[in-house]
Amino acid sequence: MVYILNLISISIIPVIISIILIYGYLKGVDLYDAFVDGAKEGFKTSIRIMPYLIAIFVAIGIFKRSGAMDIIVNFFTPLAKFLSIPKEVIPLIIMRPISGSGSLAVVKDIITTYGPDSFAGRVASTMMGSAETIFYTMAVYFGAVGIKDGRYTLKAALLSHLASVIASVVVCRLIF
Amino acid sequence: MINYIWFFLIFIGIVVSIINGNIDSINTVIIEDTQEAVKFAISLTGIMAVWLGLMNIANKSGLINAFSRILRPITRLLFPELPKNHPAISAIIMNMVTNMFGAGNSATALGIKAMEEMNKLNADKKRASNAMCMFLVINMSSIQLVPLTVLKIRADAGSLNPTEIIGTSLIATTISTLVGIISVKIFQLRG
Repeated sequence: MVYILNLISISIIPVIISIILIYGYLKGVDLYDAFVDGAKEGFKTSIRIMPYLIAIFVAIGIFKRSGAMDIIVNFFTPLAKFLSIPKEVIPLIIMRPISGSGSLAVVKDIITTYGPDSFAGRVASTMMGSAETIFYTMAVYFGAVGIKDGRYTLKAALLSHLASVIASVVVCRLIF
Repeated sequence: MINYIWFFLIFIGIVVSIINGNIDSINTVIIEDTQEAVKFAISLTGIMAVWLGLMNIANKSGLINAFSRILRPITRLLFPELPKNHPAISAIIMNMVTNMFGAGNSATALGIKAMEEMNKLNADKKRASNAMCMFLVINMSSIQLVPLTVLKIRADAGSLNPTEIIGTSLIATTISTLVGIISVKIFQLRG
């Protein structure tokens, strides 16, 4: 099963590329020139997002490595208990919106400590699969086009994150 | 907003590191994490270039127009401000497709392209448009069909059924995406 899913995921990019190239070829587009022309823009963009990436990596790095992250996690533990969220997954709830690699490490830790088929392991896996890093994504996407005022994006994203947390716990409780 | 978050992440981090007596961790961040950021941006350059090149071909062949016409009913609902057949729409769709299949870096490249296209239509270039907010919130609530890395971790840890969480993830992701979309629409109505 994992093998088949893996195969589908791996082949999606080659499939998209083939469709674009074959369609372009049939329509008589000058493929090579069009590709190079478009590709030129790639460099400008990646250089433009670099300062934003550095800014966000530094802030998150300091917060994480100093131990401040652990304090926040401990602070939220009683609240999670109140909402009957397993306390083992609290670090993940806090980490998920902030850092992708960080939350992957947390998931790995939860799964190896409590077992992949424990309730905490299942909730953590579900949560990891149903949310995305918020601060990083906002910094990169808004940074790339120079947006300073993200308006209600963060609020809406955090609400969506909260929904993913609650949904993960409830769905796992119902299904497993 | 990002201004305060950024300041407090660093300020609190430094204070805590002084209390914990591991001030040298700050130096590690400055040296290692900044390097990570630069490495990531550079590695993104290649993928960015490939997708922008392919998008340019798809644009010239008319594939993008055909594609956005088919998906018009969905995009009109989510992004009413974007004009018909605008290049932003196809970049958004391709970002979602690559995201769904877990091709993170390709998705980022296409997402940035989508943001650039949307900003061309934006009256105030410094302030996010409704379409941008909607796009980002959908993007951040993650619509990944197969969370491969998690499956790998579960399989490595000896799970009896590593894939059993695909269904639960899909349900949770659908709920969180819907909540995201609804909150954006409500915030939009309130101005």
